[in-house]
Amino acid sequence: MSQFNELVRNGLWANNPALVQLLGLCPLLAVTSSVVNALGLGLATLLVLMGSNMSVSLIRHHVTSNVRLPAFVMIIAAFVTCADLLMQAYTFELHQILGIFIPLIVTNCAILGRADAFASRNPILPSATDGLMMGLGFAGVLVVLGSLRELFGQGTLFADMDLLLGPVAAGWQITVFPNYEFLFLILPPGAFFATGLLIALKNVIDDRLERRRRLRQADQPRESRRVRVTGTIR
Amino acid sequence: MSLMHASAEPARLPTSTGRVMAWLLLATLPGIATLAWYFGWGVLTNVLAATAFAVALEALVLKLRGRSPTATLSDNSALVTGVLLGVSLPPGSSWWLILVGVVAAIVIAKQLFGGLGHNPFNPAMVGYALLLVAFPLPMTQWAAPHGLFGPEATTLPDALRLLAGLTDPLALDGMSGATPLDAFKHKPEAVMASEFWASSPLPEGTMNAWHSVSLAWLVGGALLLYKRLIGWHIPVAMLGAMAVIAALLYGVDPSHYGSPLFHLLGGAAIFGAFFIATDPVSAATSRKGKLYYGAGVGVLVMLIRTTGAYPDAVAFAVLLMNFAVPFIDYYTQPRTYGHHAPTRGIKVKRLEDETEEPR
Repeated sequence: MSQFNELVRNGLWANNPALVQLLGLCPLLAVTSSVVNALGLGLATLLVLMGSNMSVSLIRHHVTSNVRLPAFVMIIAAFVTCADLLMQAYTFELHQILGIFIPLIVTNCAILGRADAFASRNPILPSATDGLMMGLGFAGVLVVLGSLRELFGQGTLFADMDLLLGPVAAGWQITVFPNYEFLFLILPPGAFFATGLLIALKNVIDDRLERRRRLRQADQPRESRRVRVTGTIR
Repeated sequence: MSLMHASAEPARLPTSTGRVMAWLLLATLPGIATLAWYFGWGVLTNVLAATAFAVALEALVLKLRGRSPTATLSDNSALVTGVLLGVSLPPGSSWWLILVGVVAAIVIAKQLFGGLGHNPFNPAMVGYALLLVAFPLPMTQWAAPHGLFGPEATTLPDALRLLAGLTDPLALDGMSGATPLDAFKHKPEAVMASEFWASSPLPEGTMNAWHSVSLAWLVGGALLLYKRLIGWHIPVAMLGAMAVIAALLYGVDPSHYGSPLFHLLGGAAIFGAFFIATDPVSAATSRKGKLYYGAGVGVLVMLIRTTGAYPDAVAFAVLLMNFAVPFIDYYTQPRTYGHHAPTRGIKVKRLEDETEEPR
């Protein structure tokens, strides 16, 4: 079970594809201007990542290492086409907004990276878990970035969520700052700034955790080196 | 003329960073005075507010970083960033615009990268570019040249009210205007340049004001050159590249392109060449590299001015060339005396060399 804990920790935090591996930055920077865009692309990427990881894991004994990369890309492209068609069928307007970035999921290095580095060497269950966790980690960062940019860029949260979740979500929009616009954060350069600050925040948190862990270690009494012969010394 | 010089540029600087920056501030005075003389009190409120914000924010961030604010503030670099950003903004900007620009310049572009000497980008231009992208409307409202004391001039209380954000600049009649580059950018395609200028598209005296301001920056630049605080390489390369390209375009089609003089004196070219592009931290290091760097800035300015969406482009051009500085420095490293010239890049063995080998 510890292997799965490790996969969860790696995907969501320690080896997060967006904040640590810095893979898939193109969609990360381009589509995170609002929560709905970020969530839409995050879910599509999650689906592709899980599907490709499981398929690659299934065929790992049959593909020689010489042709593995073209084979993986073909598999990923097939799943991206599925995601593309699904979004076209069920969330057409969101599909129009995301545009070229849905087909471009093929080029997301995080997906090919996981296929080559993990799924091609591991059985199907760990591979699926890895895909799920990496996808969740990526989608999570997308959504955090999307909400930050939407909040401080146009002063709202969860605007137009009905494009993704249907009519239920039509009234979800929260206007935090009325009549507010900071165009810079909506535009791509703002995505760079926000991503940089998020990475810095993660590093600060890691630093704090590490320092606390060391302090706790230092507090623990060291074991006595004396060889004990009988009983305990009080 | 030896372009390759082994000793590092700062070794020739006579004094400490604080003194250098103080001279730089002194050299901006003619430019600031002329700007204020033509465009009114708004220039001075901009500069004062920007420097005050810059020093305060620098002190705050230094405190957060656990450094001594007084020791670092005495290098005057925050003052310089504040002044350079302040003169770039449209006269009479309100405080929040200035504050956002200074936060981007001092906190993000300078201190987050490690403070003076570690910033890969020119801090003042990062602030300016961010504002230009984020707030296009207030950033393109340039004051009409009504002077400091003229009948239509914005009075000092009015300028302070603009700074406080109590007055909408559009409501003040005398405030609206455009820069010559901005006006020329929006010239209709069917109108010839000569007809366009004959129709007096700008408030009276605007062209004259911009020429005078450019010449005042040139005076300040001459002081920097005389004190050897900057080398001639970057300004000459930048202005030279701009003049050559403008002359070529003007020679081909004078009815739709501005003259070289218009491009050199009508915008921020002189100011940028002497005060922005020469920033010793973010510019190229070797003399040969500085020539490439300056020429690159000049080419990019002309490219963006003639084909881009923005009327003036010094900030974007300088930032883009800041990106290229590590590359330029890598390929223009001077030869150390007594050593071979460094070989750079991948050397591919040519095919004929192989066939000619004796077997």
